[in-house]
Amino acid sequence: MSIPDFARNHFELLGLPVAFAVDASRLESRYRELQGRVHPDRFAAGSEAERRVAMQWATRANEAYRTLRDPLARARYLLGLKGYDTGEETNTAMPPDFLMQQMEWREAAAEARAARDMEALGHLRAEIGEARGEMLHLLERALDASNYDAGCSLVRKLRFLEKLEEEIDDASNA
Amino acid sequence: MALLQISEPGESPDPHRRRIAVGIDLGTTHSLVATVKSGVSEVIPDERGRALLPSVVRYLADGRTVVGYEAREAQADDPADTIVSVKRFMGRGVADVAKYGALPYRFVDAPGMVAIETQAGRRSPVQVSAEILKVLRDRAERALGGELFGAVVTVPAYFDDSQRQATKDAARLAGLNVLRLLNEPTAAAIAYGLDHASEGTFAIFDLGGGTFDISILRLTRGVFEVLSTNGDSALGGDDFDQAIASHWRKAQGLADAGGRETRRLLAAAREVKERLSSAERADVHVTLSYGQKLHLQMGRDEFEHLTAGLVQKTLGPTRKALRDAKLDPARIDGVVLVGGATRMPHLQRAVHDFFGKPPLKDLDPDQVVALGAAIQANVLAGNRAPGDDWLLLDVIPLSLGLETMGGLVERVIPRNSTIPVARAQEFTTFKDGQTAMAIHVVQGERELVSDCRSLARFELRGIPPMVAGAARIQVTFQVDADGLLSVSAREKTTGVESSIVVKPSYGLSDDEVARMLQEGFSHAGEDRDARALAEQRVEAASLLAAIGAALAKDADLLPPGERSAIDAAIGTLERARAGSDHRAIKSAIEALNRETDRFAARRMDRAIAGALAGRRVDEIGR
Repeated sequence: MSIPDFARNHFELLGLPVAFAVDASRLESRYRELQGRVHPDRFAAGSEAERRVAMQWATRANEAYRTLRDPLARARYLLGLKGYDTGEETNTAMPPDFLMQQMEWREAAAEARAARDMEALGHLRAEIGEARGEMLHLLERALDASNYDAGCSLVRKLRFLEKLEEEIDDASNA
Repeated sequence: MALLQISEPGESPDPHRRRIAVGIDLGTTHSLVATVKSGVSEVIPDERGRALLPSVVRYLADGRTVVGYEAREAQADDPADTIVSVKRFMGRGVADVAKYGALPYRFVDAPGMVAIETQAGRRSPVQVSAEILKVLRDRAERALGGELFGAVVTVPAYFDDSQRQATKDAARLAGLNVLRLLNEPTAAAIAYGLDHASEGTFAIFDLGGGTFDISILRLTRGVFEVLSTNGDSALGGDDFDQAIASHWRKAQGLADAGGRETRRLLAAAREVKERLSSAERADVHVTLSYGQKLHLQMGRDEFEHLTAGLVQKTLGPTRKALRDAKLDPARIDGVVLVGGATRMPHLQRAVHDFFGKPPLKDLDPDQVVALGAAIQANVLAGNRAPGDDWLLLDVIPLSLGLETMGGLVERVIPRNSTIPVARAQEFTTFKDGQTAMAIHVVQGERELVSDCRSLARFELRGIPPMVAGAARIQVTFQVDADGLLSVSAREKTTGVESSIVVKPSYGLSDDEVARMLQEGFSHAGEDRDARALAEQRVEAASLLAAIGAALAKDADLLPPGERSAIDAAIGTLERARAGSDHRAIKSAIEALNRETDRFAARRMDRAIAGALAGRRVDEIGR
């Protein structure tokens, strides 16, 4: 199973500028246009070689779309292109004020969950969502200004918030 | 006046003649075959005009096999040799089938998949399913007057990898060229969406005889995009029959019903269930094998009360699918009902209440899957009409992962990833000098390996001895457009690469398929070499046509040396095809495939460059 050498990065493959800001509808229409050309369904009656190449390219198109569609994955990928590793698994050092805020949210979530207080969980979820929105805005500014160290730190923080949101969603749906 | 040409049956003066392609719904209780004729998808009936083929196979002592209505009639008299609902056994082990309750079969624990001992010998569910598929293939070839180019075979969206692989093996065994395995709710969405020219977000609620699927799809500008899917591959209309039968058994004090009694009660239960969809009350007379006559009856209220739990069981997966699609029920524009079991009024009420809107049911819920599969088959075979440039983007239903230390699952590809998809994960050794690593591939959503389905185990050997933690073993999962997985592993650090491509262990090897084919043909008295020759010739013709079309369009991409190598390979294949040695044709096909490998890659590069160029024009327009 050899994967072809894909010289283009995800942005180039989808014909988009290499930048954090992405026009969601343009991303979607380009992904669909690309998939329309490379999808294995277009080559189901083709030779074995064509079918294999189609599968590899369609896989690649799906990966590019999945990465660029999600802001956090997109930032991580963009930083990788610039030679920066966000270090989410290894670097868990966080500024004290961010950690304090995290602990407060986690306690509030645990209390609301124990009391089965769906309204409180909803409020908390909205508050975290707002904080995440602000942080994404900061991330965009940092990346536009080529401030990649700050970008890495923001990606790590955002990953924290994302995990917290997932936990609250799980609790709300339980 | 020009004379009209009349061609021989099965031949056509037009080299670009339509290829005969069909869609097959291989169902738990019924199976169907459909095709597109003059732009319209139609079910192909049998010679007596019946669209449905009961998915029942009976093995007789003299080696004959009976499929369909005749077999179904015999189920109560010969329950052990008459296989009903074989779909529930596809890709399943003995422990799985035990969960279905009392069944009249002699199950045998075979490696990877359960087998059934019949008076004609041991049969795997793959072979039983192949018998059903063969009947449908013959039906289609007779009705359409020619050999099939290929088929799209549907599977429940929630089928795991082993169930999908088993289905594909059955189709191969039936001599079908599988153009694609297509998820049943997605097939229904194609039939429905194209018929109604719909746009929006739809839920396809598909309760068949033995499986339940819920898929959430978005239809926009010619794209069918599956957002999420969920379900229960062991929940279906059969369970409602079981509920009625077990109620009667208790009420009549039939504590230990044998195989025949079980079949008779289930058949009666099924009849009563179907009648209760329109009647308030239904009754049936059953004569047990030892002469006892029973008058059994049931009211609709009682039936609904008895099976309320089964209806509720469909709503859990429905909630999960919506959650994965990040939608609430109010955001769904339409709910489409698929599968005969959705005719039950209390089920329709539950769906209506859950989504807050009446479900759509204007297409026959028994036929809609086959109709959609036929439309897809027609397009995949290359019979694309103008306006047929819609695209289908489907997902895998269940996460794929690997076993790590402590029996935990490391997820490699999450559920609801758009296919085809590939993902790699790195692992390392935990002992100094370790030269081999056991790789265990699992599927499911749980944290513990023991709670997931084991798909395959293999060993990566030949890792150079290193200190613990120094090796970097990359395991790559690739899921193709059929939703089928292949796994490869290699060690990266030392430049020494060991690599293995596994086909999961439950699947049949090519040799096994060849052996089963041989057995099948010796029974039928067919000449297997003649069959193999015919198949290889068809394959050679389609490959030559594909290469010919590619050369006509993009020959300028070939340097002279490569072109002459391809021309030589074409010549070899053409000569082999004119001969009668199927092995020579097979090896010439393989050689031509090899020679056109780089050409295919370059053609795809050109297509992508075309896409990029097209965009620039589009940008100027904005």
